[in-house]
Amino acid sequence: MKNKYSIFSLIKNAFSYHENWKKAWKDPVPKKEYDAVIVGGGGHGLATAYYLAKKHNMKNIAVVEKGWIGGGNTGRNTTIIRSNYLWDASAGLYNHALKIWENLSQELNYNVMFSQRGVMNLAHNLQDVRDLKRRTHANRLNGVDAVYLDTEQVKKFCPIINTSPDIRYPVLGGTLQRRAGTARHDAVAWGYARGADAMGVDIIQNCEVKAIKRNGDTVEGIETTKGFIKTTKIGVVAAGHSSVIANMAGLKLPLESKPLQALVSEPVKPIIDTVVMSNAVHAYVSQSDKGELVIGAGTDDYISYSQKGSHDIVEGTLNAILELYPIFSRMRMLRQWGGIVDICPDASPIISKTSIKGLYFNCGWGTGGFKATPGSGDLFAHTIANDEPHKLNAAFNLNRFISGDLVDEHGAAAVAH
Amino acid sequence: MFVINCPFCGEREQSEFKAGGEAHILRPKQPTELSDDEWAEYLFMRKNIKGIQFERWNHTHGCRKWFNIARDTSNDEIKVVYKMGEKPPSI
Repeated sequence: MKNKYSIFSLIKNAFSYHENWKKAWKDPVPKKEYDAVIVGGGGHGLATAYYLAKKHNMKNIAVVEKGWIGGGNTGRNTTIIRSNYLWDASAGLYNHALKIWENLSQELNYNVMFSQRGVMNLAHNLQDVRDLKRRTHANRLNGVDAVYLDTEQVKKFCPIINTSPDIRYPVLGGTLQRRAGTARHDAVAWGYARGADAMGVDIIQNCEVKAIKRNGDTVEGIETTKGFIKTTKIGVVAAGHSSVIANMAGLKLPLESKPLQALVSEPVKPIIDTVVMSNAVHAYVSQSDKGELVIGAGTDDYISYSQKGSHDIVEGTLNAILELYPIFSRMRMLRQWGGIVDICPDASPIISKTSIKGLYFNCGWGTGGFKATPGSGDLFAHTIANDEPHKLNAAFNLNRFISGDLVDEHGAAAVAH
Repeated sequence: MFVINCPFCGEREQSEFKAGGEAHILRPKQPTELSDDEWAEYLFMRKNIKGIQFERWNHTHGCRKWFNIARDTSNDEIKVVYKMGEKPPSI
């Protein structure tokens, strides 16, 4: 990489008051033709482009993004990374991503602030206890680190949780994945963008796809707001807008796009040094390096592309937060926002070829796509380059909705759908 | 968050209602004759439209009756409310 970031570049630039840093990626005019075009400049799309260039030597490629990179769900999630999913296929997929996360800052020469502070999932009723114990066993069989904690151990690991037996949904136990944690969401998009750009990938922002041109069952290119781009391979990584792009190609996907909300509080001193999630009462919370509490709410039950959600969803989450963490009762919330998540009927993603040659979809990540960003990009790049899925994403094909071979992860998805 | 004009109870907050998804998906007349592709289409494939969508809603915390709505999913604006069994309005 030409402009490697290091302590020396930092010192050197300090002498010029940090006014001469080179741009991390260019702002190119689209070429007439590319070997592949990725639709969607979020973390997953940029990672896909990065691995296409790095591992599959496809350098004449472009990422087209209708807004700015990382401005969709990449910049709207609660940054939680874990791999404690139930089924073998999911454990393989999410653990693959987790392994890449562990070395990502070094690989990208960009600090993604990956912090393995652990993720704890709480149990609030007998069925939760059974499900979480089962999931712990399944995780360990699949090489995913997981331990089951009783109420006392939960309290010891995170002392601010109210473990009193007389609350409405008492804490009966929980699971802990110590290798799990958080990362800086924007940095992931920027790091991949910078890495891809350095290898010759064109990142084209403010460029919306308007149509997909087909010749029979083969793609020929895309019509965009910056003109027609010829290509034989189109990888769509458009999250909540996947169905919109699919409709352009005459396809229907098993997706519903719904608002998912999150909020942050005013910044305070360090109070919670891990991530705690409660599926049953729908509350999860962590603390950012700036000191804000980062709180994730649930999805609304109606389809919407408005990037807004209902107030009662936020209210429900905050009720649960207050009961579990009475210490937060006087905190004030600073910001609240919504993102549009594309939810599959089995709460698992789709990384797949389609019935149209040269058209690939990476979608359906629903409420939990951020954690998979590096693995998703790596496996989608493999699928596009070889026109065949990698063994780790073979189960996540579109055909499973016809064959019935679903990967039901509603329990591990942690956000009620 | 928006207000829904229930055809039976009048205007109420959306939080009183439960969304029932895309409307006018007919249950197959002869389920035993269906191929796997057709079952997938019926069970899972959705238009998931950005724009005017015809959808079912239930007034769960009110009259508990089902009805249809034509709503713009890009801004949540409700265009028409119409009863079950009625044909979708032309918009």
